[in-house]
Parts: sequence; structure tokens; C-alpha cells
Amino acid sequence: MPAPRPSRDVALFATCLGDQLFPGVVEATVTVLERAGCAVRFDPRQTCCGQPAFNSGYWREARQVARHFLDVFERADAVVAPSGSCVAMLHRFPQLFADEPDVAARAAALAHKTFELSSFLVRELGVTDLGARFDARVGWHDACHGLRELGVRDEPRTLLAAVQGLELVELRTRESCCGFGGTFSVKLPEVSTAMLDHKLDEVMEAPIDVLAAIDGSCLMQLHGRLERRGARVRTMHLAEVLASR
Amino acid sequence: MSGHSHRTPDGFAAQAREALGDRTLTQAMRRVTDLFAERRAAALETVPDWQELRQQARAIKLHTLARLDHYLAQFAGAAAKNGAIVHWAEDAAAACRIVGELAQVHRATRLVKSKSMATEEIHLNAALAAAGTEPVETDLGEWIIQLAGEMPSHIIVPAIHKTRQQISELFVDKLGVAPSDEPTVLAAEARERLRQHFAEADMGISGVNFGVAETGTILVLENEGNARMTTTLPKVHVAVMGIEKVIPRFADLEVFLRLLPRSGTGQHLTSYQSLLTGPDVGVPGRAGQGPRELHLVLLDNGRANIAVDETMRETLACIRCGACLNACPVYQSVGGHAYGAVYPGPIGAILTPQLQGMHQAAALPFASSLCGACKDVCPVQIDIPSLLLELRKRAVEGEAPGAAPAKRAAFEALTWKLWAWFVRSPGRYRFAAAMARLGDKLPLVKRLLPPMRAWASSRALPRLAKRPFRAGHKDGGS
Repeated sequence: MPAPRPSRDVALFATCLGDQLFPGVVEATVTVLERAGCAVRFDPRQTCCGQPAFNSGYWREARQVARHFLDVFERADAVVAPSGSCVAMLHRFPQLFADEPDVAARAAALAHKTFELSSFLVRELGVTDLGARFDARVGWHDACHGLRELGVRDEPRTLLAAVQGLELVELRTRESCCGFGGTFSVKLPEVSTAMLDHKLDEVMEAPIDVLAAIDGSCLMQLHGRLERRGARVRTMHLAEVLASR
Repeated sequence: MSGHSHRTPDGFAAQAREALGDRTLTQAMRRVTDLFAERRAAALETVPDWQELRQQARAIKLHTLARLDHYLAQFAGAAAKNGAIVHWAEDAAAACRIVGELAQVHRATRLVKSKSMATEEIHLNAALAAAGTEPVETDLGEWIIQLAGEMPSHIIVPAIHKTRQQISELFVDKLGVAPSDEPTVLAAEARERLRQHFAEADMGISGVNFGVAETGTILVLENEGNARMTTTLPKVHVAVMGIEKVIPRFADLEVFLRLLPRSGTGQHLTSYQSLLTGPDVGVPGRAGQGPRELHLVLLDNGRANIAVDETMRETLACIRCGACLNACPVYQSVGGHAYGAVYPGPIGAILTPQLQGMHQAAALPFASSLCGACKDVCPVQIDIPSLLLELRKRAVEGEAPGAAPAKRAAFEALTWKLWAWFVRSPGRYRFAAAMARLGDKLPLVKRLLPPMRAWASSRALPRLAKRPFRAGHKDGGS
């Protein structure tokens, strides 16, 4: 079968977490984007969006990293990342650069063309069926920043609905925060874990094989506790599910 | 769990741990916050124009806050014309002094009080108790808290952390009644006692939900009828009102009356709405229908400073519904006392550092995962996550230019400096990642680094991938 003609040039933002911890998720993201007809490029100068420092109050340091991000990505047609949280950070750049209107304007323009994977596929490309097959019962975790800052709720579900063999199970706590919150997870580990357990108490009782989400950071938190609690539920990124055949 | 007086905003981490160790508390919090969230969701379904209402409310509040001096002057003028006596209190001490002097002047020794966060904020009860005239709290929840010698743990449900069983034990202990965990029996007991206090009271103290500038009217919302009695039975009524409670027009109340009860308790309307426009001045036919004197104590206590801070101003748009508390996964997990302040939860995390100063409350803006659930439910659309982030920055960088940072661990600051130095250059980023891979092979490193240890205390540590994604993409293509 001939490959479809590239419909969009995409600059891939692997995210630092994806690059260093979950390269499989990033590979799957590339696969999915290419199946959707995109020409994907990875600029190796990329590092991080600056969110860890920003959320910790270290805005000077966040600006240094965010500036680098701008330099790397601002000439791209579209930037896509397998994360809602990192993309939401782009929308915080104007707040971060409030004292430098010219940089804030550049940042706003970049934010406008930076997308979380599922919303890029569904909203920008109009692609809903990637020809995936995945035989499992999947519970969905609505990652906070994607859900509340980017409005990503239906897009992943639309994509999952087209996956053959997949049964989507809606959890009561699907919109409850997993308790990660960046440095919050290590500064207030007991509170973070209490939030996490509230969610996992349902997950571990639910008839699911896989817990999936659009963010590696949530999945890292969820997986870490599921493993510690000896659960059989696996965690997977949406991209990995969509790349399955 | 008493001995709460040692709690401070900056003690959040330890106080949260203490709360998490109390299973009765954590289970009660989860149950009640879930219940309130469900009720709120059900109540919203009857308002198809909810989002427009929120926008209207926000617009009214932001408009007013930008011209606070104008509307306050109008409100004070109108109230005075109605016969109310207006007092201006710059801070908590001034407000307590004014109320205390009013009690003295009127030789009032038996005081009743309805629920009010502003009076909690200024610790009015303690100040009046020192003069021997501590008011009796007449809201059931507040009364329970007063009997227990505790602080409220929720803005509208002060005894939310107490189970029926605990309340029964408290009543047996403090009132000498027979044990019962039947709510109606407990409530009847409370009613009996409180009626007596109402009958004897010579001064009533209340808060204010809204103050209408054009008419000088105040509105007090409640469900038990105790505020109605507090504000009408005694011959003197003193209302303590935060200056941010003013709204321009009487018609604006319609917007807020639709939003507040639904957001707070999930009610379409509270059982009582007392609109008070001046005291009983002996108008023929209407005499005897209220207190002979109405005093309005307008409380600043740090609010004016917030109002002129354009970035933080919207903090004052809060109408104290408590929806953000019920929606917050941190509050749901640890309850209100962990915040060590009168205002807990997300709104408390942004309000407390501004009212009390960052130097004693810098921990609170960090007591959040920034999930944004608070912003979603706020009836006036306060962007709490953004304000939390702004306050975090101020905690780290210092509140005002040149001011010393309120909270900056030197080691933490150095860590972030180094992080930024490595991460803003691709070469150094690659180098740091390679070093981290070496470290990842040494289990000892993981055990020594505090963040790693904190993570591993409850969660399996993630492993760095053998090769980063970029290792396979050196050419720049995919």
C-alpha cells in the first residue's frame, strides 16, 4: 500500500520525559503521526519546555529554558507533543514573559501552533481512525492540564473508539488528579500518594487490563504506585495504544 | 484531635501528614466533599445559562474591585442615610476594638453571633472573650466548633471534619446530655440551648454576604434561621463586612443569588435571605421589626493592598461559596485544619499568603498539584492555578523588587540554577542525561537523593531508558 502524501509537516517535541524515560512512547507518536500522513521531523536541539522550574516558582530559570524552546521551534509549521501538560505550558509562556511583550508575542504565536497529539489528530487533521488493533479493556485517565487547560476530553475517546478489539471503560474517578503535580509529588509525597490511592482504589477494582492517558508524567506516577501495590493493571500512553496493530 | 492552636500556614506538610494519619477524618472528608460535589452538579443542571452567569458575576466583581473606593463611599453613604452607623477598621485589631467598645457602650454581656468568615479572620471571639463577653455561636456547625474549642475546617461547613459520633460525644461531655447519634436529637438539643441564648441576647453579631452600594443594603444568607434571629432579636446588630463584599446595584444580587447557594451547598436558594436596610427607626407600622441600632464594621485587613495589585486582584472576587474546597483533591485528602489558617483549600492557599504575608504562609501556594479543578467550579471564575503560580514566584523571588525572598532554600535555588544551565543547551542536556544514566546504575545514588527517596517512599522509581529517543534520531529526520 503506497504511503499517503504528507498532509502536514510536523516538528516533534518529544518532551524531556519522553526523550529520556519513555522513548517507546515517542516512537509510537512518530508512527501514529506518519500513519496520519504527516512528515515528522525531530530537531535534536530540543530539550525541555521549562515547566518544572516555572511550577516551582523559579521563573528566571524557566525563562532561560523557555527561550531555548522558542528558538528551536518557532519556525515550525506545527509542533506536536505526546503530552497535554507540556503543551499547556506553552500557553503559560505569555504569563512567564509578562515583562517582555515581544517575547510574549512570539510565545503566543508558537502556542497557537503547538498541539497535544490527540487533539492534533482529531481537530487539526480530522483523523479519527488510525487502523489500530488492541485487544484489551482500557480505562482512561483524563490528565488535568490536557483536560482543563486545553479542553482535551473527547479527542482521545474518539480515537480509542476506532481501535479494533478495544473496550473503553469509563471510570468514576477519570477526572480526578493522579497527584503528580511535578515537584509536588516529592515535596508532599504523602498528600500526593493519598490522591493517587483514591484513584487507584477504583482502578484496581475496575474490569480493565490497561490504564491509559495522554501524559507520561501521570503514567509514571500511576505506574509507580500500581507496581508498589502489586496490581496487574498496566499503564500505556495513548500513542502506544494507537500504534498497536 | 485538638491542640490545633500550634498549627500554622507554613506547617502545612506536617499538618497534612498528621491529618492523613487520622482515618476517621480522611474518610469523613472524602464522603462529605463527594456529597457536596454531587449536589452542586445536580443543582447546576437546572441552570442552562450557568457559564454566562459566571461571566456576569466575574465582570461585576472585577468592575467593582477596580473602583472599590468609589463603591465603598457610595455604600457607606447610603447605609448612613438608612440610619446605620458605619465604622472603618483598618486591621483585625481595629475591628475587634470597635466591636468590643460597642459591647461596652451598650453594656452588652450576652452576645450571639451568626456564622461569618470575616469574624473568624480577625479572631473576634477570642478578643471579646478576653473582655469577658465571648459571643455564643448560633450556627449549629460553628456552635459545635466553639464547644470543641476548634477552628472551622471549611468555609461554609465549619464542622465538616466531625462525625456524628464525635458530635454526640462532645455534647455528652460539654452539655451533660444523654448519648445519641441521631442527628435530629442532637439538633433538637442544640436548638433548645440556642433559643435560650437568643431570648437573652443584648447584641447580635453577623457577617455580610453582599453589600449593595446603591441602597446601603446588606444581605446575609443562611439555612438555620439563626442569622435572621441574630440580626433582628437583639436591640443592637453589628455586622462585620470585608470591603470586597460591596457590589454596585441591587439588581446584581440576582446573579449572585443564583450562583452562590448552588455552588456552595447545591441548593437552588438558601432557606433564609435576610436583606437588611438600616435599623428600626420607629417608622409607624414598621416599628419593632429589628434592632434599634445597626453598626457596619467595614474591614480592610489587607484587602486594599490586594485590590491595587492588578495581578492578584481577582482573589477578592471570591464569594466564599466553598466549591473550590469540595473540588480540590488536596483538600479532600487532608481537610481544612492542615492549612493552619482560617481560610483553607485553594482559595485559602491564595488568600492567606496575601492577608497574613508571605513570610508566614509561603508553603500554601505549593500545597497544590495545579490540577485546576478549583478554577472549573469557581462561580466567579477565579483563575486560582495562575494565582498560585504567581504566588509561588513571589515566594521564591521576593514579593516586591528588592525584597528578600520569603522562602528560598539556598540549595534548592542552586539546584534550579544548575538545572536551567544544563537544560538550556542541547550539549549540556545530553551530557547531564548521560551522567544521570551512570547514576541510574548505582542504587545508592537513588537512596541518597531526597527527591528520589520521597518518590520511592510510596512508588516504584522510573528507570531512564537505555537509550534516549534522540539517540536514534541524530539526523534530524524521523
